[in-house]
Amino acid sequence: MGIANLAEKIDAKRLESSDDLVQLRREIQMRQDPNQVQIVVCHGTGCLVSGSPAVTRAFKKVLGETDIEAKVMPGVKTTGCQGFCSRGPLVTIMPQGIFYERVSPKDVEDIVEQTVKNGKPVERLLYKDVNTGEPLQTMDEIPFYNLQTRNVLKNIGTIDPTDIYDYIAVGGYQALAKALTTMTPEQVLEEVEKSGIRGRGGAGFPAGRKWRGAVQAKERKNQPLYVVVNGDEGDPGAFMDGSVMEGDPHAVLEGLILGAYAMGSEKGYMYVRAEYPLAIQHLEMAMAAARELGLLGDNILNTGFCFDAQINRGAGAFVCGESTALFTSIEGKAGEPRPKYVRSVEEGLWGCPTVLNNVETWANIPKIIDKGAEWYASIGSPNNTGTKVFSLVGKVNNVGLVEVPLGTSLSTIIEDIGGGIPGGGEFKAVQTGGPSGGCIPYKHKDAPVDYDSLTKLGSMMGSGGMIVMDKRDCVVDVARYFLKFLEEESCGKCNPCRLGLTRMREILDDFSKGCGSEQDIEDLMSLATSIQDGALCALGTSAPNPVLTTLHFFKDEYLAHIKDQKCPAGVCKDLITYSIDPDACTGCGACAKQCPNNAITGEKKEPHTIDTDACIRCGICEETCKFNAVLVS
Amino acid sequence: MLKFRINDIDVEAEPGWTVLETAREYGIEIPTLCFHEAVQASGACRLCMVELREGDWTKLVASCVYPAKDGLNVYTESERITNVRRWIFEMLLSECPASQEIRDMAAKYGVTSTRFAIKDPEQDCIMCGLCTRVCAEVVGVHAIATQSRGVYKRIGSPFMKPNEACVACGSCVSVCPTGAMARRIDLVRGKMEENQTNAA
Ligand SMILES: Cc1cc2nc3c(=O)[nH]c(=O)nc-3n(C[C@H](O)[C@H](O)[C@H](O)COP(=O)(O)O)c2cc1C
Ligand code: SF4
Ligand code: SF4
Ligand code: FES
Ligand code: FES
Repeated sequence: MGIANLAEKIDAKRLESSDDLVQLRREIQMRQDPNQVQIVVCHGTGCLVSGSPAVTRAFKKVLGETDIEAKVMPGVKTTGCQGFCSRGPLVTIMPQGIFYERVSPKDVEDIVEQTVKNGKPVERLLYKDVNTGEPLQTMDEIPFYNLQTRNVLKNIGTIDPTDIYDYIAVGGYQALAKALTTMTPEQVLEEVEKSGIRGRGGAGFPAGRKWRGAVQAKERKNQPLYVVVNGDEGDPGAFMDGSVMEGDPHAVLEGLILGAYAMGSEKGYMYVRAEYPLAIQHLEMAMAAARELGLLGDNILNTGFCFDAQINRGAGAFVCGESTALFTSIEGKAGEPRPKYVRSVEEGLWGCPTVLNNVETWANIPKIIDKGAEWYASIGSPNNTGTKVFSLVGKVNNVGLVEVPLGTSLSTIIEDIGGGIPGGGEFKAVQTGGPSGGCIPYKHKDAPVDYDSLTKLGSMMGSGGMIVMDKRDCVVDVARYFLKFLEEESCGKCNPCRLGLTRMREILDDFSKGCGSEQDIEDLMSLATSIQDGALCALGTSAPNPVLTTLHFFKDEYLAHIKDQKCPAGVCKDLITYSIDPDACTGCGACAKQCPNNAITGEKKEPHTIDTDACIRCGICEETCKFNAVLVS
Repeated sequence: MLKFRINDIDVEAEPGWTVLETAREYGIEIPTLCFHEAVQASGACRLCMVELREGDWTKLVASCVYPAKDGLNVYTESERITNVRRWIFEMLLSECPASQEIRDMAAKYGVTSTRFAIKDPEQDCIMCGLCTRVCAEVVGVHAIATQSRGVYKRIGSPFMKPNEACVACGSCVSVCPTGAMARRIDLVRGKMEENQTNAA
């Protein structure tokens, strides 16, 4: 029996005290048998796309047809993203925790026969160590998981996000009950201050200091105070906030209620990216369930404290994640940044004191209140406490969500947890901080990943995106790509960003065609600096980062483009030629069939050749050839 | 009275004034394009940037929206400011080559040529948004708005069709710093003759 079924068994009645919560938790736990077989299927976005619903259906079907003794009758539990998306669909069989990757419906019968009935692993579905090829049975044995410190991600992948009882069973709302019944708002605020937690969404501003400023403004101005969740996550390749909202929505909500209590707020908003329907749905279900149990709304836990929240769908623009644009968007106006020389803790939503924090920041709050500021501050390093979730993507073996203490080195994240780059060797660079972050080269692989070190390297933490690049990534092309993204996302309000990003991108377009001079590089840097200094909001002021950091660390590669008309990474189409290595070519003809412009000719079993004039440099032959016979130069 | 310094000169400001207002009170010149007393400052053109200094710490802010405060140390000319202005002017010269006003203003700040290709030789609108703001804030009719977003932004009536909301007051024409609105008012208001025939 899965926990989901318990919802029907336990009477959903309003909790009137913290004892009621303790009692409810005990009741749920009593019905959970730790030795119960349970099939856990990841239903995070990545696994949904790779086919986990079909796997779940197959389990239900097979279980329905199999006669298993009633007492071991397992349930199928679906969870949020377990972080190892590149290996999905993921299935775990409890209580042993046997971990299967890339499961398809046709594997289900074997899993039921061997693992569910007999407790034996199906070897072919186990994760194999990247280096030794040895099969590993449980999550705890897999370096991707065991080198992490999963704190915010802890529940995700073990609880059913749509079931409040599942959250309560693992200690959910315990922090809220503790705060409401044993702590004053001031004590909660002090605890957050002492924890040292810095905002997880961008600039890394200390959350406690922000909260304190807002409370002071509220008292001075005698106005209501609003608390807001920033769930707009718009960085390409980033999915940590979406996964937290989808996979552990109650943690975000509980954090928000705790903040509201600490700061005396009665109304909160969750601004969630419209492209995250599942996150919106799970947050809505979480709020409804919490209201029913008296954990949200009027007179929470019968303590007299009232607070409610609502969800606002993002307006679909990257810039709406910027605080002032987010506020104008919630107010129902076009999401454009406002010049901000008054802090939003003073004048935010509707001109009232407002505290905007990132999803992950809020999700940390219940843990801080539950385990204490000291515990939190003991993780990470002094000015950079706690853990941070990163979305590790690009040229890395283990693509996924990774949570580590701040201060962990780049190489631990990329090489140990991420398993290095496909094909082995050194990574070339890593882009941190999203599209307007910076590119950090391999030589800084031992740099600790924290707010201050990344800024020193010309990059930033941002919300935790990490895009790994290898030698086949061209820095000119990468800089162009991010600039293009930001150009499209510019709100167009101020001149440096509206006009300057396009002009910068045009200069890079020229470079990628082999045109340009050192004077152009000078101009590019000078223009970039003027945008950093002149743009109105942080989208514009940070947009030149990828260009400036790649110019700083990889100037030679830029010069190769404009002086030698060469793209060393073999990416810029105008500067490369494809040819076939006659010694490696087997004459299978596969490439010739795929070439869209019929540029490849040759007799069967004889080395083929590419007509350079007809070649449109699409690279399809290179992808097609199984013998690595296609050369790029 | 608030007391601070601009270019090492002691100045005084009424509470609520901006740095720009204070500077103008003292005859200190700061270029502006998107600022007009009649409407709320939007801080969009970024020509009015000034540098705040405190020891080693410096920061550029838009003077049209930055509130005057006790103890500020403001500079209206510096290398960083010149660089910001230079590039804005170079880009405006290529973006709105038909505007004599922009050419004159750029020349005054030493920018007489641009490294960028001219896109539309007829263009004279600099997208400062003064017309839309005066129409909405002062006239109160929202007959003009910015169309599209970001780098594709254009000024016009909603859906770029002549708009009945327009009361033909001409406020937009008078606030426009480049005269661009005078040349396109008909697109908003509709041609006078056409309106008359419609009415008849
Ligand atoms: C262009 C732009 C986009 C942003 N997008 C996000 C976002 O998607 N999520 C987020 O939490 N913060 C985003 N930020 C940062 C926010 O403005 C703000 O600093 C943050 O939400 C504060 O929360 P924190 O202190 O908990 O990090 C963005 C900032 C800029 C300039
Ligand atoms: S910097 Fe870019 S996004 Fe920000 S206000 Fe200016 S134009 Fe808009
Ligand atoms: S696919 Fe490879 S081996 Fe086959 S013809 Fe093309 S280059 Fe030669
Ligand atoms: S969606 Fe399943 S691991 Fe991310
Ligand atoms: S005048 Fe201040 S930004 Fe335009």
